[in-house]
Amino acid sequence: MSEHRFVGKSVVRIDGKEKISGAALFTDDIDFGASLLHAEIISSTEAHALIKNIDISEASKAKDVVQIFTGKDFPFKFGLYMKDRHILAQEKVRFVGEQVVAVVARSPQAAKKAAKLVKIDYEPLPAVTDQLAALKDDSKLLHPDLADYPHVPWFFPKAGSNIAHWRKIRKGEPDKGFAEADYILEDTYEVPRYAHCALETHVAVAKYDYSGRLTVWSSSQSPHTQRNLFAEALSSLGLTHKDVRVIAPHVGGGFGGKAGVTMEIIPAALATKLQGYTVKLRWSREQEFMNTYQRLGLVAKIKMGAKKDGTITAIDHKLYWDAGAYVEYGANVVNATGLSAIGPYRISNISIDSICIYTNLPPGGPYRGFGYSEFLFGLESHINRLSQKLNIDPVEFRRINAIKEGDETAYGAEMNPNGLHQAIEEVAREIEWDKKIESSDPKKAIGKGFAIFWKAPAMPPNASSSAFLKFNEDASINLLISGMDIGQGYQTVMAQIAAEVLSVPPSKIRVETPDTDRNPYEWQTVASHVTWSCGNAVKRAALDAREQIFSLIERVFHFPQDSLYLEDEAVKCLTKKDFSLPLKDFVVNGIMTEDGTFKGGPINARGVFMPEFSSTQGDPETSQGGHPNVHYTVGAGALILEIDKETGKMRVLKAAEAIDAGKALNPDLVRGQITGGLLQGLATVLYEDMRFDDKGRMLNPTFTDYKIPTSMDVPDEVIPIIIEVPQPDGPYGARGVGEHTMLPAAPMIANALEDALGIRIKTMPITAEKVALTLLQKSEEK
Amino acid sequence: MREITFILNGETRSVNVEPNEILLDLLRDKLGAKSPKCGCDRGDCGACAVLLNGRSVRSCLIYAIEVEGMEIITLEGISRNKLSELQESFIAFNSFQCGYCAPGVIITTTELLQQNPHPDLEEIKEALSGNLCRCTGYKPIFDAILAVTEKEEK
Repeated sequence: MSEHRFVGKSVVRIDGKEKISGAALFTDDIDFGASLLHAEIISSTEAHALIKNIDISEASKAKDVVQIFTGKDFPFKFGLYMKDRHILAQEKVRFVGEQVVAVVARSPQAAKKAAKLVKIDYEPLPAVTDQLAALKDDSKLLHPDLADYPHVPWFFPKAGSNIAHWRKIRKGEPDKGFAEADYILEDTYEVPRYAHCALETHVAVAKYDYSGRLTVWSSSQSPHTQRNLFAEALSSLGLTHKDVRVIAPHVGGGFGGKAGVTMEIIPAALATKLQGYTVKLRWSREQEFMNTYQRLGLVAKIKMGAKKDGTITAIDHKLYWDAGAYVEYGANVVNATGLSAIGPYRISNISIDSICIYTNLPPGGPYRGFGYSEFLFGLESHINRLSQKLNIDPVEFRRINAIKEGDETAYGAEMNPNGLHQAIEEVAREIEWDKKIESSDPKKAIGKGFAIFWKAPAMPPNASSSAFLKFNEDASINLLISGMDIGQGYQTVMAQIAAEVLSVPPSKIRVETPDTDRNPYEWQTVASHVTWSCGNAVKRAALDAREQIFSLIERVFHFPQDSLYLEDEAVKCLTKKDFSLPLKDFVVNGIMTEDGTFKGGPINARGVFMPEFSSTQGDPETSQGGHPNVHYTVGAGALILEIDKETGKMRVLKAAEAIDAGKALNPDLVRGQITGGLLQGLATVLYEDMRFDDKGRMLNPTFTDYKIPTSMDVPDEVIPIIIEVPQPDGPYGARGVGEHTMLPAAPMIANALEDALGIRIKTMPITAEKVALTLLQKSEEK
Repeated sequence: MREITFILNGETRSVNVEPNEILLDLLRDKLGAKSPKCGCDRGDCGACAVLLNGRSVRSCLIYAIEVEGMEIITLEGISRNKLSELQESFIAFNSFQCGYCAPGVIITTTELLQQNPHPDLEEIKEALSGNLCRCTGYKPIFDAILAVTEKEEK
């Protein structure tokens, strides 16, 4: 293996200084001058209702109000994978918090004041806030026109029901598999909704100028996807893609919440009606909780059979997703998890039904993990319980069944090279799995929990990335790409890849946040795919630059290209040891030849990557055929949990998590993902919980009541473990790790709790309160 | 409207404010100090922290009119001319990911180290308990602070 200079090294973040000095500008930090107007949104107070009347007469007269808009002003549908939502509600509202009226005024205060004067009359309809109730024949339909909604070809909505999509997998002979089992375990697991809680709320600013071009500054993970959706939704105004420009400054956290398009389309649409002005909309924290994507809720029914020797013989996994009022993005969470709901196991007989159900709650959508955390809570709990029934150690049970390279996935494609078994061994060793720990405090109990995980990027088969690379006079480089550094360190890693090919240190490579006018196409920064996908595009761009350099050297000096190499920012030649031409001498201004003329010119390069082997053309009834997932990233986690038997309070004494990064392009940043992602996962099981009343109103839309972890809530010790089984088509073998790091958290806690105290909790979250009450109930039963 | 005068990052500033104007808005919208961020607008997250007469406060909970005659330092004031040793350590440890909480964390830690130059891990955790960070799991932040204090001890 060749020695790398920059790849695989823990280079410090190239955006570090900007962020630590206060120089980094986020969308809300940009000044827009005197033409700036402020929008205030009036949200639905009803979970399901007809809008009978909107009275804006008083509000329109309020001081500094410019204009007030309702759904009638924007009769368009939009959506990423299914066009089922509106810019402002049309005739009907479907969740509490849905945007109904927009007041635009000259100051935020004036907009807020006027918003209080708008009167909306609703005629309430029966609200369906439970996904199982929404499946009943007599349930009120949220979308009677579902059959007319345009959607991607891999969705299968059921008209006349609340089912927006149903991913079915049938493989092998499940009945025969269950007949062969020595033990069958069947149970139900429940996972509530969660909020991303990026520290920066959504904010977007739009300007539609007098020449008819629309510019949107947006806190976003998806500038090009936003441009596409804006252009599509607003095409009736004569806008084309070239007229729409999305500028995405630094993003204060994403976690999936700023993928696709949610509130950003509102200022974009408002601006088109207020030509020459700039219109800003920033969500309050409460709006951020109630009207962006939320993580979908899940009721999962698992039936699994195994033989005495530990072989799993069959799985029947039914996933009932509470996807909310609009599922244009959330339905793909349902799809992705359906394809992968066997978990990282080798199982031949499979029945999976992953069902996307409309409910009168806020829209479900992408959240770090894209549904895998949700089903892994049940599956990895179930695996532990089944192993106990068979008298097999839970780690051993996983060793027996964990998937290997070449095994078939549920949809019949081959599993990629992976280090799952290595991850299991390394985590078991680090956590001393075979060693029991007793607490010295009689009021406390200690247990260990183990879980394994996998996740594939969920993306359309033609999701692509691209890169432009241009040299400057001093051989520094501007790398133009359109993924977002949402904190994961993407800009740094992309610079490292270009640096490796071109021998220019990452500190001499500038990667700016994207502007769709300037930077080339990127699908979205989601699915943990940009390291792999955009990394390939950047590598190709750097190789293109290198080819241009070598071809010029060959033209001028007549050295064959295959004798040339780059080292320390210079071109060198294998056969001419004394030849060394610094890049800065020619990458812009060319090389002077004997007659005084110049050859060459600025080195500008490009690279593109699309996974050309991917396809979603499986059989809708079985999902066999096609190649919907490009590859899986796998790993394992374990922790030692101490529980106070009186209060139920839990403390993670030690956690270890191993993840197969293929190649850790920047090990420190991978470890950073593990430490941060693991805590986000632990928070979903230990602290967080979105609470709704029966009228669909969220009860805890503040950080006071929705508890995300503080510095006091971290595990005593976290051991990140990097496994490197190269991804054949990844840049230097790399694959993504960003989302995966939170996946094992919830089942690890559930399994550790049972190990310590013999109680099995099957509904998330597993708060101290729930543990204490369960223990109390158990002691009363005795 | 009333005119108030105070010191912002070493410069005397006089500005007209409404009686209900919030300090965070004044700093960001009228005085161009953009480093304090709004994360919750109710004192839960700490992203808007600034030093007011040397003590860290949440600028979203303070009326602008209250700071008459006082001294305010934001991250801009700490970064001017040369980054602090603490800031350099945060860079070296890749302590932040999205960076939105960084200004508040740096303000809080600066105050901590002024009052207690050698805090132990528990004291650091306690001091930062009002600064939410969703990305990092806090550990790289602790490590960078400990590196500064341990270096000083040597």
